[in-house]
Amino acid sequence: MATTRSRSAKAASKSGANDSAVGGRHKAASQNGLPLDHTTLLDMYRQMVTIRLFEEAAQKAFRTGKIGGYLHLYIGQEALAMGFLHSYQPGDKIITAYRDHAHALILGTHPRAVMAELYGKGTGMVKGKGGSMHLFDVKNGLWGGYGIVGGHIPLGVGFAYAQAYQQSGNMTQLYFGDGSIHNGAFHEAANLAGLWGRDGMNPCLFILENNKYGMGTSVERATAMTDLSAKFDSYGIEHEDVDANDLIAVLECAQRVTKMVRETGKPYGIEAQTYRLSPHGAADFLERYRSKDEVQSHRAHDPINVLEARLLQADATTEAEMEKIRADAKDVADDAVKFAEESPDPDLAELTTDVLAD
Amino acid sequence: MPVMTYREAIRSAMADEMTRDDSVIVMGEDIGVYGGTHLVTDGLIDKFGPKRVIDTPIAEGGFTGAAIGMAMTGMRPIVEMMTWNFSFQAADQIIQNAAKVRYFSGGQVTVPLVIRGPNGGGVQLSAQHTHSLEGFYGHFPGLKVVSPVTPADAKGMMLASIRDNNPVIFLEAGALYGTKGEVPDGDFVVPFGKARIAREGTDITLIAYGRQVNMLLNVAEKLAGEGISAEVIDLRSIRPFDEETIVTSVRKTHRAVVVQEQWRWFSVASEVAAIIQEQAFDDLDAPVLRVSGAEVPAPYARNLELAAFPNEDQIAAAARRALYLEK
Ligand SMILES: Cc1ncc(C[n+]2csc(CCOP(=O)(O)OP(=O)(O)O)c2C)c(N)n1
Ligand SMILES: [Mg+2]
Repeated sequence: MATTRSRSAKAASKSGANDSAVGGRHKAASQNGLPLDHTTLLDMYRQMVTIRLFEEAAQKAFRTGKIGGYLHLYIGQEALAMGFLHSYQPGDKIITAYRDHAHALILGTHPRAVMAELYGKGTGMVKGKGGSMHLFDVKNGLWGGYGIVGGHIPLGVGFAYAQAYQQSGNMTQLYFGDGSIHNGAFHEAANLAGLWGRDGMNPCLFILENNKYGMGTSVERATAMTDLSAKFDSYGIEHEDVDANDLIAVLECAQRVTKMVRETGKPYGIEAQTYRLSPHGAADFLERYRSKDEVQSHRAHDPINVLEARLLQADATTEAEMEKIRADAKDVADDAVKFAEESPDPDLAELTTDVLAD
Repeated sequence: MPVMTYREAIRSAMADEMTRDDSVIVMGEDIGVYGGTHLVTDGLIDKFGPKRVIDTPIAEGGFTGAAIGMAMTGMRPIVEMMTWNFSFQAADQIIQNAAKVRYFSGGQVTVPLVIRGPNGGGVQLSAQHTHSLEGFYGHFPGLKVVSPVTPADAKGMMLASIRDNNPVIFLEAGALYGTKGEVPDGDFVVPFGKARIAREGTDITLIAYGRQVNMLLNVAEKLAGEGISAEVIDLRSIRPFDEETIVTSVRKTHRAVVVQEQWRWFSVASEVAAIIQEQAFDDLDAPVLRVSGAEVPAPYARNLELAAFPNEDQIAAAARRALYLEK
């Protein structure tokens, strides 16, 4: 089977986004060069800002000891999940690793239930049993939330097989990190996906969240073959890159490729280029593995700033309107924290429930 | 009642359930076109086709994980481990995902999954191809672990496994695939968590599961000739565990020997002995004894292999020791 490497998409993503962020030269189908109406885009802006402020509030709670365990933030990567999850349809299945707060919030879990889970409260989305790394909201399409690097990848491929077997017309969005692509679980699962996809039995979109680091190990220090998406070629999975800090680029890509995956039942690979602005986890204080200058240089391409520039350029919003959105988002985050703090601990009887099903 | 081999009993349960329920599929290495390394799945691909009888590449972690994903989302996969020895490559999936995802999702998902295949040694496969993993898998909450020894139980427990809404580790006695026995027709389900009294007796309780149950029956016969009446208990399932049948028997006999092929340290027999002393301490007339495999990787040479696993003489000697008839 031929695998077409989308060189054009890759080239565009390597140069395009930052230019367009400042220059607004992106030409697309609808009003003012944007692919969706202003109201929809502004709503996505609102969601991205809400995620940001929500996570900043969570980080603060972690540092004051109110949130335990691990806390992995999505700061700097918000446009990635926002853009792909815009193509979510009821019945689709979303699965990701532990950096999962944004996915839950975008899919529609109430921020209160997410924050309460981070606080380990009985009102949390999994009743305080999983914490930050194990967010599930099956009704809204979120099938976890997994903490073993690479370990969830085979599950996503299984979801997709079941979707094809059940002739549901649905698909799976499978998110995983640049660090996990070196794990055997990725390679075994990708091989199965390619194989099953030959018969239309694997509508799985592999979304590689390349934020350039797996904890403190950069992509360059983890592999001699740093063109990560080329690894999909080994398994007969077509793929392309996208500049995931540019919501507009992600939306365009997501709409096109999800349609294709749904129609063909074949898996498809995305290398979503982004950058983790936050520490690996909220406890990663030293960040010896990268310089402050490096992080600073990426702040210029913060996906929220990129989107703001786009919206202003297209006259889709005003400074005053964005200010109002930020203020509302702050209220949502504060409300979630208040709710979590006031929520009761899980009932002790919950300790032994949910181990086995009836 | 029809007579079937252990292998046929498992196959018939799978075929019946696949006929009854479209969501049941089987997958594993060489289970379709090849017919299964041990021919347990022989013929299923002709009947149900390649979308329900999936030949996988040799990637235990990948296909077990995919099966877990299928199970979470409405299917009932049966995964064949060509032998359980290869399941270490899938252990991360089994333990970290299948066993726990229900709990860490706050009860939002179920994993109706069966993983089956031959377990245990006795056919000179040496170190890497010989393991008894009941203690290993029995350790983890969220899994069910069963080990049938008769063809009837093989069928009845396979039906129960497929219908169970939890991941079931189905450990087959690999050395017994060809043994025959009567197997009830039709919808014959053997529920988990109920041990079987394979032979009644009054002087001592002999406890095992899997292949060793047959040895206990031979030993009990031999002891009967010496005037000793031994009760033989087949645990059938390791998790859930039937404490009641064991404790009731020991209250009657006041003595127990637990036999297993696996290594003794941190094993099923250790757990059984602990349960007995916790619940029937005052009824015991002797310490509970364990007969286990030698603390070495399994050797190849026939004489060494025989010496590495419990044999009937050792078991009979242990029974006599528990009766203070022998030092
Ligand atoms: C199997 C395994 N090994 C190590 C870890 C510890 N660990 C947690 S996150 C992480 C880095 C993963 O990086 P990546 O896949 O790029 O995801 P990111 O954190 O960048 O989103 C490591 C090594 C783990 N959770 N699981
Ligand atoms: Mg990374």
